[in-house]
Amino acid sequence: MSDIVEKTLTALPGLFLQNQGGGGPAADRASFSSRLGGLIRGITALTSKHEEEKLIQQELSNLKTTVSAPTTTLKMMKECMVRLIYCEMLGYDASFGYIHAIKLAQQGNLLEKRVGYLAVSLFLHESHELLLLLVNTVVKDLQSTNLVEVCMALTIVSQIFPREMIPAVLPLIEDKLQHSKEIIRRKAVLALYKFHLIAPNQVQHIHIKFRKALCDRDVGVMAASLHIYHRMIKENSSGYKDLTGSFVTILKQVVGGKLPVDFNYHSVPAPWLQIQLLRILGLLGKDDQRTSELMYDVLDESLRRAELNHNVTYAILFECVHTVYSIYPKSELLEKAAKCIGKFVLSPKINLKYLGLKALTYVIQQDPTLALQHQMTIIECLDHSDPIIKRETLELLYRITNAQNVTVIVQKMLEYLHQSKEEYIIINLVGKIAELAEKYAPDNAWFIQTMNAVFSVGGDVMHPDIPNNFLRLLAEGFDDEAEDQQLRLYAVQSYLTLLDEENVFYPQRFLQVMSWVLGEYSYLSDKETPEEVMTKLYKLLMNDSISSETKAWLFAAVTKLRPQAHSSNIVERLIQEFTVSLDTCLRQHAFELKHLHENVELMKSLLPVNKSCEDMVVDASLSFLDGFVAEELSQGAAPYKPHHQRQEEKLSQEKVLNFEPYGLSFSSSGFTGRQSPAGISLGSDVSGNSAETGLKETNSLKLEGIKKLWGKEGYLPKKESKTSDETEVLPVPQESIIMENVDQTITKKDQSQVLTQSKEEKEKQLLASSLFVGLGSESTVNLLGKADTISHKFRRKSKVKETKSGETTSVHNMTCSSFSSSSNVTYEEDYYLDNLQDTEDKELKKFTLSSELLDSESLTELPLVEKLSNCRLSTPSLFADNNMEVFHPPQSTAASVANEISLASLLEETAELTHSDLMEVCNNETISVSSYKIWKDDCLLMVWLVSSKSGEELKNTNLEIAPAKNFKITEQSECCLPVVEAENTKNFQYSVQMEEPFTEGNLSGSVNYQMMDTHVVQLDFSVNLSLLDFIRPLKISTEDFGKLWLSFANDVKQNVKISASQAALPAALKTLRQNLRLHVVDIIGNEGLLACQLLPSIPCLLHFRVHGDVLALWFRSSCSSLPDYLLYQCQKVMEGS
Amino acid sequence: MIQAILVFNNHGKPRLVRFYQRFPEEIQQQIVRETFHLVLKRDDNICNFLEGGSLIGGSDYKLIYRHYATLYFVFCVDSSESELGILDLIQVFVETLDKCFENVCELDLIFHMDKVHYILQEVVMGGMVLETNMNEIVAQVEAQNRLEKSEGGLSAAPARAVSAVKNINLPEMPRNINIGDLNIKVPNLSQFV
Repeated sequence: MSDIVEKTLTALPGLFLQNQGGGGPAADRASFSSRLGGLIRGITALTSKHEEEKLIQQELSNLKTTVSAPTTTLKMMKECMVRLIYCEMLGYDASFGYIHAIKLAQQGNLLEKRVGYLAVSLFLHESHELLLLLVNTVVKDLQSTNLVEVCMALTIVSQIFPREMIPAVLPLIEDKLQHSKEIIRRKAVLALYKFHLIAPNQVQHIHIKFRKALCDRDVGVMAASLHIYHRMIKENSSGYKDLTGSFVTILKQVVGGKLPVDFNYHSVPAPWLQIQLLRILGLLGKDDQRTSELMYDVLDESLRRAELNHNVTYAILFECVHTVYSIYPKSELLEKAAKCIGKFVLSPKINLKYLGLKALTYVIQQDPTLALQHQMTIIECLDHSDPIIKRETLELLYRITNAQNVTVIVQKMLEYLHQSKEEYIIINLVGKIAELAEKYAPDNAWFIQTMNAVFSVGGDVMHPDIPNNFLRLLAEGFDDEAEDQQLRLYAVQSYLTLLDEENVFYPQRFLQVMSWVLGEYSYLSDKETPEEVMTKLYKLLMNDSISSETKAWLFAAVTKLRPQAHSSNIVERLIQEFTVSLDTCLRQHAFELKHLHENVELMKSLLPVNKSCEDMVVDASLSFLDGFVAEELSQGAAPYKPHHQRQEEKLSQEKVLNFEPYGLSFSSSGFTGRQSPAGISLGSDVSGNSAETGLKETNSLKLEGIKKLWGKEGYLPKKESKTSDETEVLPVPQESIIMENVDQTITKKDQSQVLTQSKEEKEKQLLASSLFVGLGSESTVNLLGKADTISHKFRRKSKVKETKSGETTSVHNMTCSSFSSSSNVTYEEDYYLDNLQDTEDKELKKFTLSSELLDSESLTELPLVEKLSNCRLSTPSLFADNNMEVFHPPQSTAASVANEISLASLLEETAELTHSDLMEVCNNETISVSSYKIWKDDCLLMVWLVSSKSGEELKNTNLEIAPAKNFKITEQSECCLPVVEAENTKNFQYSVQMEEPFTEGNLSGSVNYQMMDTHVVQLDFSVNLSLLDFIRPLKISTEDFGKLWLSFANDVKQNVKISASQAALPAALKTLRQNLRLHVVDIIGNEGLLACQLLPSIPCLLHFRVHGDVLALWFRSSCSSLPDYLLYQCQKVMEGS
Repeated sequence: MIQAILVFNNHGKPRLVRFYQRFPEEIQQQIVRETFHLVLKRDDNICNFLEGGSLIGGSDYKLIYRHYATLYFVFCVDSSESELGILDLIQVFVETLDKCFENVCELDLIFHMDKVHYILQEVVMGGMVLETNMNEIVAQVEAQNRLEKSEGGLSAAPARAVSAVKNINLPEMPRNINIGDLNIKVPNLSQFV
């Protein structure tokens, strides 16, 4: 092939002559096209980038005048376009020509149109505004009778088309699927695929047409449709299992050479088609034995047929191997595939070797012995001259790392790391090394040194999780405290040595890690006094090359060390230096240090030694200020209102501009004082607010706590499951051994064994034995003779759980404290004080009182109401005092909150379990399966009853529920329901939770059973679940409603027409309560407040108002999509009744 | 899916740049430059696959390239494409170019940039492989070339005549289009009679 492209630029002059000599009838055309020639010749003659730029700018300005001149014909424009394309390709801006490209596509004849379309597709992008101008042209061309025009239109549609304009062309393109010419059908299929990619919901309805395309009599069209199926099956393989048979048949035909010879490429039948089909089969057969069984034959045939004679057969083989290892395994095939991998790995062709390594990497988890077979090749690849091969080998080694070979593998990785300069590779590799080091480190020294290498090479490009995790590991430690101290001490010592070196620059991140560790743990070192450490930190602080972020870390370290130091010279110097710093951040730190420095005792209590992991308890609600607040209030200060409340008020005050129906209805409803539907809470009390803000503060403070800084949540458990997996796989004896010892043993053994081998080979052998130790079964491993493993050193404690539970309790405490302390505020000035006792009946009385107040026009007396609500909230903790130290157990707080207002009791709630009727879901001649739903308070319980019709005993009956998106399904082993247990019936219970709100979902599953001696029969079924199955009433008080209402950001409003029979409030209320399971919180005039929750605990509030035959609904929730779904259900219910 | 197809010469001068995914203009140029530097460093006897690096989307993307005399052909693809398959697709593309230009060289790519794009459009459409059958690709391109010739010869003739000739000169054109035209005309004729 290389001889094809032999002419070089030396041929240039001749070519120009040709062009210019072309003259004749199309003389002006030739002269025009020679301008492109002239331009190119000009550019090639130039020597510097600068000259080129000048020339092109000149050319562009010429073009600009030409294209905008009215005398320019479309033909000339065509030539201009080509030159513009050339300039754009070189990276110069030719945006002035975009509109002309569109014009050319619109107005030109076929040839000009073609250039126009090409220019548009090269110049513009999908969201470019000019593209809209092209839509009409595309529509016109799609309808053209000229095939070329249709082709061009389809091409442009598949390259760039504005998403919002898809509906305009979709029907036209759908029509093209029936076109008589296959090239059109093929392009139409690809255009639709493009639509599927950018706007999948718009082409949902034509999936059936995709199936038709798959069955097209033309191979090309069928091949095009495979693009779509590959994509869709990748997204959801379960939906296309039924097509497996078709794909297998197609592949059989292709492999069997049934296609026209045209499709052969180097006498291989349609290789790309085979590749695509194999990929699809791999996706379909994954973890699915039944589907996989269908394809064993054809895979076997593919493997057999692909004789190794050409590059492209290797491509097919590679896909075959990949598919064989992806689907449900079959030993024969695996054997053959393993052989194939061998061929790849051993091939002298480097591309094949690369793919062989790739295949090995993929396969290694299932079959580690395969790596052992090829260990020598892998070793060779490690020193391969091609860095890509090396990378792939390291990737492979990364997968087979265990506690025994970790040192060798990490060493190899570090070597590679030192050679590579590409940032991307460094980031990737550094992450892997850090992970391996954490997982398998044999000892402290090695671990710290490896991490040092990681930090100094990875520097500031690495993922921030790496230093965070490292620090957390140091801080949290492991099971053995002494061991932890050793590790920390080693880290401190190694950092101090590193800092001693002169003229070495460390990355900022590394310095940050160092400063944290030194600040926390340098007390462990006896050799260096805190003063010495501080001196070192001080030196760094004075260094100009260090970023101010790192300086902040250094400052923090100095601050931590200060209480341990005896003299304070350095600190004083620092303070002096930095209190005048221009960096405000550093100045702030300096001042903080200054003030702490003045009170050493406080400093010591504030910065205790080795306490970085302890949780701090902070009174975030600032309850100690409550007394002060109360005093101010009694002197007539305005109560504090949180930000969102102030905003709401402000909004509702601008009544003139409020065009929403709600604004109007409120003013007409006569509640002049009310400004929001949940107006009761408008004057909500100080205590309530402080509780709320307190809670928020707790969160944010926690976020800034040390814990949070060192990593994201959810990391630890993942890690842990990984390590535990590893432990299962590998036997872990107690004894630990250092790698050098291992090497010694090998050498001894080898000396006796391989005298003939050259020294070099011996080295490789050595390396191999140290690399592949611990892989596969004992017998195959051993070049070593001895299989010592090292127990996992850095296994983490399950700290997260503890922390979490700790956090929740502290939050809880916080709430209580703020409740209790706030109670005091109201306590002092509440003139209902005398009435308040901790007895039930009194409380009840108060409730009626408050509801009376609510019902009357007393809303003008807001303060009164406010106080009332205060009383209610605070009743349980009347005896609490003001001290922030005292935390109360939640006692009866919850009880009072959960208490309902007397009105609600008018509408009784049924306490017993409600359930649906028994419904048969599937049956056959022997058994029938029926199910019913039980709407429990905390979940939806699905019960399936499998009963045999003949009354025979059911053996080995199993019921499986397929995991479904959106649902969390857990089996309930113990029967929590009285169910008739008979020999011929079996019942299965599953509790179902919804993870994301939606309208309706399907739960499918299957029953396996065995009757007497017959074989196992499987029966599939599915059950419909709707949102309402997961909605439960939320029992809250009006005040809580008000508070919640304000705190929710997602709201939806809608007016629904209702029938005359529903028009009265009670009727509408009844419908909502019964059909949607809403809890009626309160009724005020013709308005109602309702609340519900989506299990497990997403609240949703509804405020509604009846106005003639219109029901104004207003939903609010913490979840963004829930209100929409609920509204939909509401509409359905209201219209249905 | 194919993200981009780049052709540049041994000096890094771009000869064909076609992106199937949206990148801003500067990033496109940067990708061309960086790809060139990546590819240039490599000997001819090492493997033809490269990792795309952070610029084109990370580890999921591969650069697959071939070097012919003065030109590098680089395809940037994601993991849904087979490496060796793409390698042969480059071969198909180049062979097609060779057939269409009769002994293709770098100059053909420079002076007939638009034609190269048209050929490419028949191989890869919107990032998806459309056709791998070389004869079919050549046939499609030839059909378009004939169109060009016919148009050049009849540049002065009225547009109607041009389109008539176009259809005559294209044997690939399906009959039904002509029939369709006739059908439209028939009622007119009957009215005249």
